[in-house]
Amino acid sequence: MSPISRGFHGRRAAAGVDSSRVPPGQYVTTDFPVLSAGPTPHTPLENWTFSIKQAGVTAKTWSWQEIRDLPAEDVTADIHCVTKWSKLDTRWRAVSIDTLLAQVEHQARFVLAFSDGGYTTNLPLADVTGGQAWLAYDYEGSPLRPEHGGPARLLVPHLYFWKSAKWVRGLELLAADEPGFWESYGYNNYGDPWREQRYAGD
Amino acid sequence: MLSGPDDSTLDGSALDGNAIGGLLQEVFGAEMTTAAATCASCGTTTEVAECLVYAAAPGTVMRCRSCTAVLLVVVSREQMNCVDLLGMAALQIP
Amino acid sequence: MAGTAVRGRLTWQVAGVTSVRPETAAVRTIGLDVPGWDGHQAGQHVDIRLTAEDGYVAERSYSIASAPGEPVELTVERLEDGEVSPYLTEELRPGDEIEIRGPIGGYFVWEDGEAAPLLLVAGGSGVVPFRSMLRRRAQIGSLVPVRLLYSARSWPEVIYRAELEQPGPGAEVVYTLTRNQPSSWTGHSGRVDATLLTEVAWPVERGPLTFVCGPTAFVEIVAATLVSLGHPAERIKTERYGGTEAK
Repeated sequence: MSPISRGFHGRRAAAGVDSSRVPPGQYVTTDFPVLSAGPTPHTPLENWTFSIKQAGVTAKTWSWQEIRDLPAEDVTADIHCVTKWSKLDTRWRAVSIDTLLAQVEHQARFVLAFSDGGYTTNLPLADVTGGQAWLAYDYEGSPLRPEHGGPARLLVPHLYFWKSAKWVRGLELLAADEPGFWESYGYNNYGDPWREQRYAGD
Repeated sequence: MLSGPDDSTLDGSALDGNAIGGLLQEVFGAEMTTAAATCASCGTTTEVAECLVYAAAPGTVMRCRSCTAVLLVVVSREQMNCVDLLGMAALQIP
Repeated sequence: MAGTAVRGRLTWQVAGVTSVRPETAAVRTIGLDVPGWDGHQAGQHVDIRLTAEDGYVAERSYSIASAPGEPVELTVERLEDGEVSPYLTEELRPGDEIEIRGPIGGYFVWEDGEAAPLLLVAGGSGVVPFRSMLRRRAQIGSLVPVRLLYSARSWPEVIYRAELEQPGPGAEVVYTLTRNQPSSWTGHSGRVDATLLTEVAWPVERGPLTFVCGPTAFVEIVAATLVSLGHPAERIKTERYGGTEAK
């Protein structure tokens, strides 16, 4: 049993947080920790594209400008990282994944998001549609910084934040589920923070 | 303290194998920073101390400094360390 | 090349804080009593772990500032957005307990028998393991030539200022102050670059051993510059502290 470190409380936010907004085992923070599994990619915007792929083929690609020309929303969301920090009322400017998927005909049940640097994460299609997921490019009124996933990241706030893939470059539409990076290394395949689904088997 | 250049060639968040010396010694039962890791992707052999390490993510990721392929991943859960070494063709403990 | 104290499986143990003393406005040295401590080698580090009342746990690594044989001392810099360093540098007091695991590391170690001329290049708090190395060298009466090139933002931010006035026989300390300098300053200013390294580094022909420690970007630039000046990469040992308070 580890001894309690007198007077230590980490960088947690002060009291006054509505605890019904905080999933089990989480601590609310006011900063925005940078957690990465690899080097920060720096793809120039003129080379950047977002693609939807199916059966190994690119079904649809958008350039940066084409993404910026799509109707976007202001999204305010609470986000929950599996490393136990939560951040409330984060503000994003983002394009709904519904808008992107509407341009592709498919019968997929799962998606695998893929990013620069090789990161992947898998989600049921049902969790990235119906207004639950976005391609986000602005954070708190400014362009999303590279260390936080810029130029654009996936935003799926109802699941642990490792599902909100940084540096996302597209979605692969799948008939069968395929585990992504952290899912392959022992993290939960689904990742619902409200049921504390952190690890495989939770 | 890093004065924070946004230099695309430098990644200020990256550490090296020294930073996970304790974790690896706990996992392997031996001093590991001087162990020689051979990358399964590009074949480069580097001392663990000199490998790229990202230790703040949901797990600890050690990558080849030459080609950035993943060498090792440690996920610590509930008093247990799960280690994946598939990215290494060889790991030679001195 | 190892010749290190291989400890077998490491475990966490509880250490008592015996002393705290300020080094600079943002830096503090913490003395610890670690039951059963079996000694350490110059350059090694420890992991420490803190647990809050609500169960929140944080772990960090710190280089050991003291020499082998001396009680364990850690020197910690308070980082602006830090979670652990503000606690260690401002709140922690004698009588408190922290969990510790170590000593760790067989790579970034200066061994007693190492005869090569030594270059130590420190960026900010990267100087901590070098204090251990310099003290060890003095302890064993080594006359291995050593130069410490210490890059700090300003004179008040130089850690171990008084002690480094007497680094030991045959040891030299060269400072470069990168942000501001005292009006009477006659030393170097600006970041460590090829010119400064050419001046301070031992000639390659002498087969020096170099240690570089500090923030990641500092270490990368210094190591790359030394290599470009002809120093073999295998004679340069690096330890990166990271830009923020990463684990």
